[in-house]
Amino acid sequence: MNLIEQLNRKALRLGVPLSVHLDVTYRCNERCEHCYLEHEDLGEMTDAEIRSLLRQLEQSGVFFLTISGGEPLVRRDCFEILGFARSLGFNIKLKTNAILINEREARKLRSLGIEQVQISVYSDRPEVHDAITKVPGSLLRTVAAIRFLRGQGLKVTIANVLMKSNFQDSAGVRALAAGLGAQFTLDPTITPMLNGDRSPLRLRIATNEVKSLFQDPNLVGDVDAFCAPPPPVNDEMHEGFPCSAGHTACYISPYGDVYPCVQFPLPCGNVRKETFLSIWKNSSQLREVRSIRGKDLPTCSSCAHLGTCTRCPGLAFMEGNMRGPSSADCEKSFQRTGIFTAGMVARGVVPSADAHGLVQIDCFQPQALHPA
Amino acid sequence: MRNSYIARSQKVAWRLLDGEMIIMSALDSTLFNLNTVATRIWQAADGRTPLSEIVRGLICEEFDVDPDVAYRDAEEFVNELASHGILTMSDQPAACSGDPNKP
Repeated sequence: MNLIEQLNRKALRLGVPLSVHLDVTYRCNERCEHCYLEHEDLGEMTDAEIRSLLRQLEQSGVFFLTISGGEPLVRRDCFEILGFARSLGFNIKLKTNAILINEREARKLRSLGIEQVQISVYSDRPEVHDAITKVPGSLLRTVAAIRFLRGQGLKVTIANVLMKSNFQDSAGVRALAAGLGAQFTLDPTITPMLNGDRSPLRLRIATNEVKSLFQDPNLVGDVDAFCAPPPPVNDEMHEGFPCSAGHTACYISPYGDVYPCVQFPLPCGNVRKETFLSIWKNSSQLREVRSIRGKDLPTCSSCAHLGTCTRCPGLAFMEGNMRGPSSADCEKSFQRTGIFTAGMVARGVVPSADAHGLVQIDCFQPQALHPA
Repeated sequence: MRNSYIARSQKVAWRLLDGEMIIMSALDSTLFNLNTVATRIWQAADGRTPLSEIVRGLICEEFDVDPDVAYRDAEEFVNELASHGILTMSDQPAACSGDPNKP
């Protein structure tokens, strides 16, 4: 077990929120077509409120702090916030589109000891990237910023969100990242907007494209191992929980709302009304999220993929039930292994007769698949 | 025993968790988990207190340990953290009066 795993286990045992994602604004200088946010300022926290919150997060044991938005750098006090957070000892990842970063800003970020800057790049072709951000010239500015940041020796990760319109450009973005000395991460997950609008889902890549990603050794390493059938479900999987959301991590909006994760819009409290630690410890919603184990999932507990599925409880929540399957993750499990999921069977995506030879029927709980 | 002064780097992140200090270097993202004794040395590394005084005043007072052994261990620990840029070492006390890592 490496040190990060040990740290996560320790935080889990102690009930410490080791990681917090804080959006300091929803305002943005780009208008990305897939964005899950509305960009009006509905009363974001002031500098004083954010400083108070950061002190509370420090005292609660938060170590990994992601500062994001919107575009965080549209806040005039963003560097002061970052500086204050660093003075409290946080390890900071800054998520930004970087178009406001020039050499001076890069130098500032370096002097503050920001650990990592994550920047979205959609394509290596300006006409494709700029069509997604709806800001002419944005790719050129973003790439220039990455050069400034790398010139300062900062660790930069290029996040490549995949959609129908830029799927073909992924290899080009990967090569661009390599040329810039940046790390590369790829994300084919498009989520509904936080207000419930599901229209961004039309941008998702096709299922055969998801499959092609899983067959790419440059992305997954050993394809045979990555796409292998899931191991038999065991007790440990039934007692496990899906991710760190609400357990050792949470999300805080610019308005002070606390959620289990940025992708899990279940309101758990507001730091303008009570302390962060009180919300973290006492919120009934967070307690409910923490209580859910694999065995408690009506459909997924009977699925062969239970132990290996990337099921996101937030996406499931946005589909109507945090204990239910996430159809996007069902699709990923299926495309990865060729084995249908219990969620697909329950939704009638595949006739159950076809599923018998593919899903590990001995793990099924028929009452879960066919609730009364 | 020579006098050396140790100071925490400003390029690291840190958090005290259950009595043990977690430290991550922004330079190379190396993560460290300090035990209780190492945590006390880290906390006392203000750039103005000699390492010998930290060992004698804090470590030997709190933990039942031979001063010479404690100093040798502390030096080894300090050298390792310094090699990762997590502590800086000097044979002179820091000039500034403030703690660079505290708000």
